[in-house]
Formats: sequence, structure tokens, C-alpha cells
Amino acid sequence: MKSVLLIDFGSTYTKVTSIDAETGRLYGTAQSFTTVEEDISLGLEKALSELRSQTGITEFVDTLACSSAAGGLRMIACGLVPSLTAEAAKRAALGAGAKVIKTFAYEMTEEDEEEIERLKPDIALLCGGTDGGNSACCIHNAGVLARVNAKFPVVVACNRSAIKKCVSILAEAGKETVSCENVMPQFGQLNILPTQKAIRDLFLKRIVSAKGLSKAQSLISDIIMPTPAAVMEALTLLSSFTGELMAVDLGGATTDIYSITEGLPTKAGTVLRGLPEPYAKRTVEGDIGMRYSAYGVTEAVGSERVAKLANVSEETLNAWINRIHEDPGVLAKTDEEKNMDFALAALAVETGLIRHSGTIEQVFTPMGVAYQQTGKDLTRCAKIVLTGGALVRMQRAEEIALTAMHTTLCPESLMPRNAEVVLDKNYILSAAGLLTKKYPEAAKAILGKELT
Amino acid sequence: MPNRTMVLGVIGADVHAVGNQILNFAFTQAGFNVVNLGVMVSQEEFIEAAIESGAQAIVVSSLYGHGELDCRGLRDKCDEAGLKGILLYVGGNIVVGKQPFEEVEKRFHAMGFDKVFGPGTAPEVTIAELIKDFEAREKAAENA
Repeated sequence: MKSVLLIDFGSTYTKVTSIDAETGRLYGTAQSFTTVEEDISLGLEKALSELRSQTGITEFVDTLACSSAAGGLRMIACGLVPSLTAEAAKRAALGAGAKVIKTFAYEMTEEDEEEIERLKPDIALLCGGTDGGNSACCIHNAGVLARVNAKFPVVVACNRSAIKKCVSILAEAGKETVSCENVMPQFGQLNILPTQKAIRDLFLKRIVSAKGLSKAQSLISDIIMPTPAAVMEALTLLSSFTGELMAVDLGGATTDIYSITEGLPTKAGTVLRGLPEPYAKRTVEGDIGMRYSAYGVTEAVGSERVAKLANVSEETLNAWINRIHEDPGVLAKTDEEKNMDFALAALAVETGLIRHSGTIEQVFTPMGVAYQQTGKDLTRCAKIVLTGGALVRMQRAEEIALTAMHTTLCPESLMPRNAEVVLDKNYILSAAGLLTKKYPEAAKAILGKELT
Repeated sequence: MPNRTMVLGVIGADVHAVGNQILNFAFTQAGFNVVNLGVMVSQEEFIEAAIESGAQAIVVSSLYGHGELDCRGLRDKCDEAGLKGILLYVGGNIVVGKQPFEEVEKRFHAMGFDKVFGPGTAPEVTIAELIKDFEAREKAAENA
């Protein structure tokens, strides 16, 4: 038996999973509270001892870990035009598993400088201009970032004619820099993979120790990536043998949506608008979640809708939301509470899917009706994977996803409408993602078994 | 050769794609760096593309007769977006019906377009004008 230990240091829980390196068999999972303030290895030890007593396994051939603890990988993204290089920068950072705390466009100001000082990002991403295009803006912004009185590395992925200048401005001010190919080398061309690699390398090299995670490093070989990046790896591998798919990770504070699809128009005579979409796309809804962000759900869809779906009065709902906001650890016990959690979950998933998916718009031209598509067309997406503690616990995952997909409110949305729903019931997505590099066969086997 | 970048597209709700492809081909062959936005392009998209690509010219086509409405205010928006003095060209069937071209040209000049081309203009004509304007600007920049 060759068991690999996979660790996921989450913001709340440290989860450990043991999987066979060859067959991909799942031996067991366990979890304990993350202890990042005192010593992260305490929580890990606790989870491990539970895993040991569950499985009897004491020896592991390998140990791999991902982390979103201590706030995850917090990044700022800077670009030129909001809908172009600033958006490309944001997508690059999100795809690399980062949390984008702020996106800046055009020339940054002194106020922005002060704000970045307060935000204390882990990494800044500097973009702007196509190759040979505008260089004044990114050079100006390099100067602003250079003056920020905080220590963070800067990934420079702007107009290639300006990279050297930007790097030297930043280096002179003592900022560590990594230069990369432009995120938008030509107009309408997205090139985010080199930037994502640079972000992950920096995460490994610098962020892990800065976040107090290195204390656990004696126990493990490597913290190889941020958790959302591991999830993305797993989904990309899964889609390679099951076809295009989407995933929703519904958390207490945020909701992550992934799509591994081309998302090209499915309706004849449709013109595509806007920045091209990455094949593997991740969006994060920072205001949508089951506990800390439950207010966000009622704000997005209106509390009448949530109350109606839960079949309770608005007062009952508001009382429940106040309660779970104050004590995010509270679990739904009565049928009424369970129904309210169900409604919150369904409408959170609905909001996440609508925001992630593209839209189609009818345009009446003198030549007749034409269609304009912005973003991805996901209407024919065949599979949707659900993950996250709330969805797994509630045991109504399929109903939640179907309620979300069958919404009648947003006819212009190109969200999935008839996808097959699969629940990540043993919470193996991030673990399988960690396996993909070194043990692709095992990763494939467990994904095939758990999520098809 | 100096960097000569232009943004090309068909403005408004106009879906005439063939002429756009021909112009894209001809301008690229002539040695320009063409950022082609295709059909149904809004003023904002022209401007955003010109900012990112550092373009020196925006070349607008309109074939469906509503060009006058679609083009109005483009120069002002360029000024607002920091693209002061960018070359603006327009061509095609830019107005409704058969109107004397001199009047049409005058109206589009007043809207801030540097060059106006009527129906059936060969790409070579536009290319020659573009080269002339680019060269004049490059010379001015050298002397400045």
C-alpha cells in the first residue's frame, strides 16, 4: 500500500485526505480547525491523528499540501482600460487561485498608493497596453507601486516595450519583480498562463513562509499551490475525460465558480463581444456565501425571494440571517432553518452562475435581428460539480443546483440550464488537484470514481 | 518603419462583414499594424482599443446609412479619453440616400473627422491618405 497524504489548509478547517498513489483509492478524510495564529502544525496534528485512528495508516509515501489559510493569496491587479487589460489582469490572478482584493485601471493616484499601503497585498500584478501599444500608463503605475511603503513582489506583465523600464523603476525602490509575457499581447488576445505560472512560483517561494505556513513544512514536502488552483487542476483533468464542465464552491464567506469550457456561441448569427474568455475560468463572488456573506445573497436577489423559496416570513428570514451572521458556526436544526439555508444556497448558486456566465442580447438592425454575446455561453454545459461544506452537509445539492439553473428571472443569461449535477460528497476536489502533477493516474482514478 | 497602428471596425448596429475583411487585408498588406474590431462596434470599443494599442488612427466604416448618428460625438469622446489629435477616418455609405458628397464631407469634417470617403472608394486611396497623414505626423514629431 502506497498512501499519499493530501492536506488542505483552509481558512477555517485543515482537511487531510489519504489516497493510494497507484490506484487512487480513497482511504479516508479527516478535519480539524486551522491554527494559523499559534502554530499551524497543531491543527494539522489533530486532523492527522483522527485520520490515523480512522484508517490505521501511519506511513505516507508522499505529502502534498495546498492552502487558503491566513486570507489566502491576496493580490491587487493593475491595468489600463477597465474592460481590457485591467480585466485580463484580474482574470489571470483569479485563475492562479488568488483573491483579488482590488483592481486598478488607468493611471493610479496618490490615493491609490495609500490604499495599497493599507491593503498590504501579497503580490501586485502590473499590466497595461498591448505589445507596442500604450506604455505611458504602466510606467506611471510602476512608479506608484514603487512608492508604496509595503513589502510585496510585483509581477510585471504589461506592454513588452515597457517591461524593462517598469522593472527598473520597481527594482530601484527595492521591490522584488518577476517579468512575464503580456497578458494581452494583441488586442483581443488573452495570454494569462505565463502570468499564472509566475504567481504560483512566487506563492511557493515567498508567500508560504510569510504566512506562517512554513512551520508545517517539516511535516510535508511542499505546499504546492493555493487551494483554488488545486481545484482548477482537478476540474481541468476531470474535463479531459468527461467533457466540458462547471463547478460551484459555495463557502461561508465567498462563492467560487469555475468553468472549463470554450463557451462559444451556440445560436446562429451571434457576434461575440468583449475580451476573449479563458478556457479554464474562475470567478469569485466575495459578497455571496452561506454565513458571513448571507446578507449579500438577500441584497442580490431581494429577501422576498429568499423568504418565498424557503416558505417563511421575511421577519423569520431576517432573524435567521442576523443570527448566522453573528455566529457563523451555527447549524440549521429545525425544518424551517433548513429550508432557509436551502433557499440561501439555491439563490447563492443562482447569483454565482448568472455572474459567471455570459449574456446574449438581441439587437435590431436595419437588416433584421442580430445577437450579441458577451462572455461565455454555458447553456449547453453538460455537468456541474458542487462542492463546499454547506452543500455537502445539506444533502439537497441536486435540488439546489436545479432550482438555480431553472430560474426564470434572467432570460438573457447564458447560464447552464440542464446540466447533470454531481456532488463532491467526500470533498476530494482539492486533494485530487494536488495529485495531478505527480500522480496523474491516481488523480484520474479518484476523480472518475467520485465525480462521474 | 515607425509604429503605425490603426483601429478598424464597422460602427453601430451594422453587420456588413465583407468590406471590413477586405479593408483589414488591404491595410495589413500595406504594412500597417491593424487592430480589427469587426462589425457592430461601439464608439467606446474603438476608443478602448485605441488606448490599449497606442493607435495613431481610428478608421470607421459604415455601410447601412446610419453613420451620421453613430459617428456623432466620437471626436469629443476621444479627446475626453486622452486620445487628443488621433486621426479619425470614416468611409462607406455613411448617410441616407443620395446626397451631394461635398455636403456630407463637410458635415463629417465638422464632427471632427480628418478624412471622409464616399461609397466605392478603393482601399489604395485610403492607404495613400493614411501614409501621407502618418508621415506628416512623424515629421512633426521629429521636429518637436
